[in-house]
Amino acid sequence: MKNARARHNLITTTRVFGFSLLLCLGSVHGRAQQNDQQQMRGLDEQVQEIKSDVLSIAAELSQLEEKLLYPSGTQVAVFVALAEGDQMRLDAVRLQIDGKLVAHYIYSAKELEALRKGGVQRIYVGNVATGDHQLEVLIDGKLKGGSEFSRTESFTFRKEVKPKLVELKLAGPDSGNTPITLEKW
Amino acid sequence: MRTLRRFIGLGLAFGLAALPAAGADLRDLYFGEALYHAYQGQYFDAIRRLDTELAQYHRLDEPLLDTLHYHVNDAEFSVGDFELNYRMHHRAGRAIKAVLESAVDEAVRNEAAFRLARIHFQKGQLDDALHALSRIQGMVPEEIKDDIEFLRANIYMATDQPSEAVEVLNQLQSHESPDGFVAYNLGIALLQAGRQQEAVEQLDKAGQRTADDPAGFAIRDKSNLVLGSLLFESGNFERSKQSLDRVRLEGPFSNQALLRAGSAEASADQYDRALVSWNILVEREATDVAVQEAMLAVPHAYASLKLHGRAAIQYGRALELFSNQIEKVDASIASIREGRFLEALIREESRQDETWVIRLRSLPDAPETYYLMELMASHDFQTALHNYLDLEDLQSRLIAWNASFDAFEDIIKLRKQNYEPLLPLVDAQFRELDSRMRLRLEQRKHLGERLQAILITPRPDYLATADERIAGERIALIEKQLEDSDSPESPALQHRAARLRGILTWRLETEYPQRLTAAFEHFNELNTQVDTLTRQYDAFVRTRQAATHSYIGYDIQIGRLRERVSEALQRVDLLMARQGHMIETVAINQLKARRERLVAQQTEARYGVADSYDRAARAQSGMEGP
Repeated sequence: MKNARARHNLITTTRVFGFSLLLCLGSVHGRAQQNDQQQMRGLDEQVQEIKSDVLSIAAELSQLEEKLLYPSGTQVAVFVALAEGDQMRLDAVRLQIDGKLVAHYIYSAKELEALRKGGVQRIYVGNVATGDHQLEVLIDGKLKGGSEFSRTESFTFRKEVKPKLVELKLAGPDSGNTPITLEKW
Repeated sequence: MRTLRRFIGLGLAFGLAALPAAGADLRDLYFGEALYHAYQGQYFDAIRRLDTELAQYHRLDEPLLDTLHYHVNDAEFSVGDFELNYRMHHRAGRAIKAVLESAVDEAVRNEAAFRLARIHFQKGQLDDALHALSRIQGMVPEEIKDDIEFLRANIYMATDQPSEAVEVLNQLQSHESPDGFVAYNLGIALLQAGRQQEAVEQLDKAGQRTADDPAGFAIRDKSNLVLGSLLFESGNFERSKQSLDRVRLEGPFSNQALLRAGSAEASADQYDRALVSWNILVEREATDVAVQEAMLAVPHAYASLKLHGRAAIQYGRALELFSNQIEKVDASIASIREGRFLEALIREESRQDETWVIRLRSLPDAPETYYLMELMASHDFQTALHNYLDLEDLQSRLIAWNASFDAFEDIIKLRKQNYEPLLPLVDAQFRELDSRMRLRLEQRKHLGERLQAILITPRPDYLATADERIAGERIALIEKQLEDSDSPESPALQHRAARLRGILTWRLETEYPQRLTAAFEHFNELNTQVDTLTRQYDAFVRTRQAATHSYIGYDIQIGRLRERVSEALQRVDLLMARQGHMIETVAINQLKARRERLVAQQTEARYGVADSYDRAARAQSGMEGP
């Protein structure tokens, strides 16, 4: 249902945009402008090609980075997600692994919106030895009513030979959900 | 008019761009991460993430065990959507074709066909778009049913098949579409089909629909504007005026509507009423085409009312305005040539704020944007501008990557310096430990085999203690010595030795079950130790391999990537220059066209001033006849 509404909003917005275009385009005439359009489209094809090439470089580079900087034997990645429908305004998340600060992230409105829509943020990637580790999570935010809140939780996770994925599911304390939950992957 | 209608369909179809799947029931974190980027408009990162995930997924021997399996259809679609949003139509088309041709269920295949049709339509490949729609058969997801038919109608309109479009839109209209786009398009399709009267009625209906959002108001205004223009052209000025009056005074079409409304009144010789609309218009933004037309229309109306003095003043005002505007346009052209237009366009806010084009106008240091609002809102210009911004983004990424290669090489060098002196010593120690470990493991294996053997054939002697074994050997030696002895005491001693052997055998036989259990317990305890040892051994081997892999084997890959990045950077630089030049050229051409019109209007105003003064003077001296 949420999807359908978002989809409709998008359709409406882009229709308005498209619609406003037609008036503008109505005033566009002339052979010179047609040539310009053709040239623009020709350039567009070339831009599409270079984008494709750069994406392919990015893929190879990601692979190299992972192999070089975060080999699977030691890799740990921490993800942050919001509980579905949660209206808390998440301001910041701070992470410590084995007592060492590894991430301190302050959220923009755009990022918060992306989390609310169901996106998942990879907040930290690093390396730890195999075995048990302590993860301390601190979140700061504002509740729907405007009051500020702050929570800290500690978890233990076990790093094995394969890459370790840790998901932190966050929720406002007024939602009835546990504010910080460690999801197992 | 036909061209205009083509754009109507096209413009509306852009609205069909779909939203990526939401992660309500997310089972794959990396898919969620791709969505996180996409929701922020970071399509490069979203595609990068999802491409990597999909490539990994398709390489797996058992993809059903991977968490992406739960979202794979969504992911395939989403990557196409992201590519479309990143203005990569070719790849988006390929991605969606791949879904279409894979073994997916009917609903998914039909959605893919719809998306493919939409891409073809956006690129103007209308036959391909229709062909893609013709592949839709059977089960169609409910949420896209109307979108499919709306797209079909747009394609019919764009391919000069208005009757077919009318049929489709009529059916869609009966579904009580929530917005006025169907009603409006139906009016245009009827017009295109030559059914003028029905078109008028339909546009009239579309122009009186209730609206509750900006898009609804805009399409209602547009319907009234088109209807008003249509009625005006057919000479029905009164009804034309009624329709134009329904256009909101503050909407995007109000200037055009006011101009037309005034013209409708003027055509019916109602100049005083025409002045009501036009006088509102002349107080508006002076760069607007309709406002500039009204600047001449107002004095013309006064002249028609024989108010020549007032006409002369208004022509004078128009003359001043046109002269000022020509200066502004000249300044804008000069400014663009100095590169300031491009600078203004690539400011940070153009990436952050969707309405930046509107606000750009008010920036005091961007005079070049005064006349370019319409151009800047056009699809081709927006594509060109976004491409320019995308190229700039690619450029900064490539530069950063180039710098990171040096950092990678430093890391590799430092790791090499650290590990190379250590590893020979570590390897030597490991080899020694390895041989000792292998020996012990061999012993353990042998022990295990013997224990298994005595489970089948009991051998109590195998479980004798060391003391018992020594005692047994001593008894055997005594027995042998006594056998060879002729001493008279030998029989008695042999008897005693036999008793000792008997005691030993008795103990071994009677304690055999307990000893066997204890032996297995000890053996299993050994297993635990051996497992720990094996884990440590494996961990060492992994760490040892990781040490090597941390600095060996990267040279070729880094070298190749360096080359690719450098080559891509050169191409991006070149394309940026060409794209920037293109944007500037198009803007200058647009301004030149506006300048030409302004010069013509300036001439007209100059003539009007002279003519009005002349007429006013003649009227004053009573020379002008009734």
